[in-house]
Amino acid sequence: MVHLTINDREVSGQDGWTILEVAREHGIDIPTLCQHGAVEPSGACRLCMVEVDDGRRRRMVASCLYPIRAGLKVWTESDRIQNVRRWILQMLVDEHPGSERLQVLAQTYGVKASRFKSSRYEDVCILCGLCVRACEEVAGVGCLSFGNRGVHKEVTTSYHLPSPECIGCGTCLYVCPTGAMEQFFNRVRAVA
Amino acid sequence: MKITNLEDLQKVKDAGLASLYPPKPKILVGMATCGLAAGAQQVYDLLRRKAEADAWDGVVEKTGCIGFCYKEPLVDLIWPASPRLTYELMTPKAVESFWEEMNSIRYPEKRLLGRIDVDEMLLDGGPRRLYRRKQLKGFLASVPLYEELDFFKMQRRLAMRNCGFIDPDNLEHYIARGGYAALYQALTAMTPEEVIEQIIASGLRGRGGGGFPTGVKWQSCRKAKGWPKYVLCNADEGDPGAYMDRSLIEGDPHSILEGMLIGGYAIGASEGYIYVRAEYPLAVKTLQNAIFAAREAGFLGENLFGTGFNFDLKINLGGGAFVCGESTALMASIEGHPGEPKAKYVHTVEKGLWGRPSNLNNVETWANVPVIIGKGADWYKSIGTPGSTGTKIFSLVGQVKNVGLVEVPMGVTIKDMVMAIGGGVPGDREFKAVQTGGPSGGCIPKEKWDLPIDFDSLWEAGSIMGSGGMIVMDQSTCMVDVAKYFLDFLMDESCGKCTPCRLGLKRMHAMLEEFSRGQGTLEDLDELTSLAQAVQDASLCALGGSAPNPVLTTLRYFREEYEAHILKKQCPAKVCRDLITFTVNPELCSGCTLCARECPAGAIAGAKKEAHRINPALCIKCGACAEACKFGAIEIC
Repeated sequence: MVHLTINDREVSGQDGWTILEVAREHGIDIPTLCQHGAVEPSGACRLCMVEVDDGRRRRMVASCLYPIRAGLKVWTESDRIQNVRRWILQMLVDEHPGSERLQVLAQTYGVKASRFKSSRYEDVCILCGLCVRACEEVAGVGCLSFGNRGVHKEVTTSYHLPSPECIGCGTCLYVCPTGAMEQFFNRVRAVA
Repeated sequence: MKITNLEDLQKVKDAGLASLYPPKPKILVGMATCGLAAGAQQVYDLLRRKAEADAWDGVVEKTGCIGFCYKEPLVDLIWPASPRLTYELMTPKAVESFWEEMNSIRYPEKRLLGRIDVDEMLLDGGPRRLYRRKQLKGFLASVPLYEELDFFKMQRRLAMRNCGFIDPDNLEHYIARGGYAALYQALTAMTPEEVIEQIIASGLRGRGGGGFPTGVKWQSCRKAKGWPKYVLCNADEGDPGAYMDRSLIEGDPHSILEGMLIGGYAIGASEGYIYVRAEYPLAVKTLQNAIFAAREAGFLGENLFGTGFNFDLKINLGGGAFVCGESTALMASIEGHPGEPKAKYVHTVEKGLWGRPSNLNNVETWANVPVIIGKGADWYKSIGTPGSTGTKIFSLVGQVKNVGLVEVPMGVTIKDMVMAIGGGVPGDREFKAVQTGGPSGGCIPKEKWDLPIDFDSLWEAGSIMGSGGMIVMDQSTCMVDVAKYFLDFLMDESCGKCTPCRLGLKRMHAMLEEFSRGQGTLEDLDELTSLAQAVQDASLCALGGSAPNPVLTTLRYFREEYEAHILKKQCPAKVCRDLITFTVNPELCSGCTLCARECPAGAIAGAKKEAHRINPALCIKCGACAEACKFGAIEIC
């Protein structure tokens, strides 16, 4: 067992666990979007940022990836963290105003949309990559991937064509946090 | 011929020396990318044709960039037992008269930039005087020495020791100047631990941006469990206006190979990769030639110098993504995955390329390694400052007279860099700020120009050393516009994996866009700072983590400029198009019609010899009229 503190509370977890896993075990709330127990963490959404002190310095890390160590001090509600959460949620809600999940999450954390709101209600894909990882790691198919980069990044299939490899298992539909996959699914499947 | 022992190395060295300084005249043409862009290929071809036509008994050879980029194409003339003379801005036309004069009066006098009396030959046990006479007489004595030229006065060339002196494709030349002797020394007389100790003792810090102590990195990689191990060279140089690594590769590729070989030996790796961007075709070709030559000579392959140490190198071409200069993205790219960074909570020295211990260093870092082994850590440490030892190459660009590559000891002040070496700002404008470290760095204002350039001082000023870009800006630069420019670049180059970088940069850019139109409020400045903090705190990799630097530093040092845009709806530097208008001053306008002819929007009207007028409804504020007007009649307000 590895002993550490989260918000000055003594907690423990097994060797190899991440901060997020320990926090969840002890009922400490850390919001996430790109994390799912069935796939490897990727640290893409950055909503799970926490502050740690590893004895050398205090810094911000992604709790879904950071492995616990004995004596580690973790904080989940500091000003820096609140600032990060507020901006990530606000920008996600602004970018994808059509997503109910994001609206609820933003409300929970007291975040409101800003004047930079997008008018594209139908676009609710937040590029968390859960579908890509689930297709590869759970279904073992790997017909989904990312295309382009930066603000043009998108979830897509090889050559942007319906994928003959897709077995139609629906794993991607199940893991998608915003329901974006429901719109995209028919373009992934190559129906014979 | 395979070089397997010291005698072989000495033999090649002798041959190389004879070819470096032959008993007949020699002409060198600087043919790195900067030279080629200025027309060096035509100059070189013409010189070759002339030599052939006249059956001239001499050598015409290419060489790398000596740093004087704004004087390219450079041609050097070395008569036996004479100082080396450098000629600047050589056009094919200038070559004609150069050739004539050379044949008649021996030393052409036009376009002479300077002379070199003593070749330092850093790693070859001492300087080599190019002529025997005690003193030069007459004309030659009046030619300024390189050491006396403002541009060179403060320079100290360690990494660029061979650039501009050797033919980069000639391995003998490299060996003649003490090349591969450090490798021999490391392999035959030092244990890997001793090599690492030397590098740690030298205080060498990573030249790619982070400034992490190189020796400590090597040590962690050596200690890491796992096999095989890899050494990698980061040549994915992508900062706008920075070209240190390109020039090093194009001028002296073997110094990087030798550094990597020594690193491989110290770490316990037998394989290495050089990740170089495909947009550097000449650098790629030069590296390919160098690797081929090194393999032929037995510096790459099996059982080097008969010591049982095996090592080989591969080149990997980058596909044009700035983010692939980040270590984990670079490794993902070599593995064939999209160039996306990963979290580094487990360091790449433990789990890097293909999950194996991997040691990544920048081109310039590798080029310094043979110097440290050859001259010793104590010697190296004596240059620079205690916290940042050695030298650093900067590409000095922007609004400065002497544009080029400069290698100076760490600790030189920004003022010396811009005014002494760079020759100040051209025209009658004033120096305003300097952007160090490329798009991830920050703007340092004139008030701080006594700041010594080293890793820690720049960090404290809110900027970074980065890989060595140094963009000089004068009063005609708008700081809001500069911040917007760098964000625009980074927004394009963000991989898009993590939210704060993908959306945060877009949002910051949108806010700056508003300011440059005179919109937004003072509260928005606080919002921008708070968002910049969030992006810095939460981004996955260093690209996002350092992307807010230009915004934060311009806000810190030039807040009044932001306020002028927002409150007064004015752009003090007269750059932001929505806040300026172009008019013709009828007093000064001579009615020459030049501006009307230059205007791409057809917005200027007026009869010959009468004052012209600009129609504000049609004017696109491109500034073509102001550039064209010979009477300074175009006013911007």
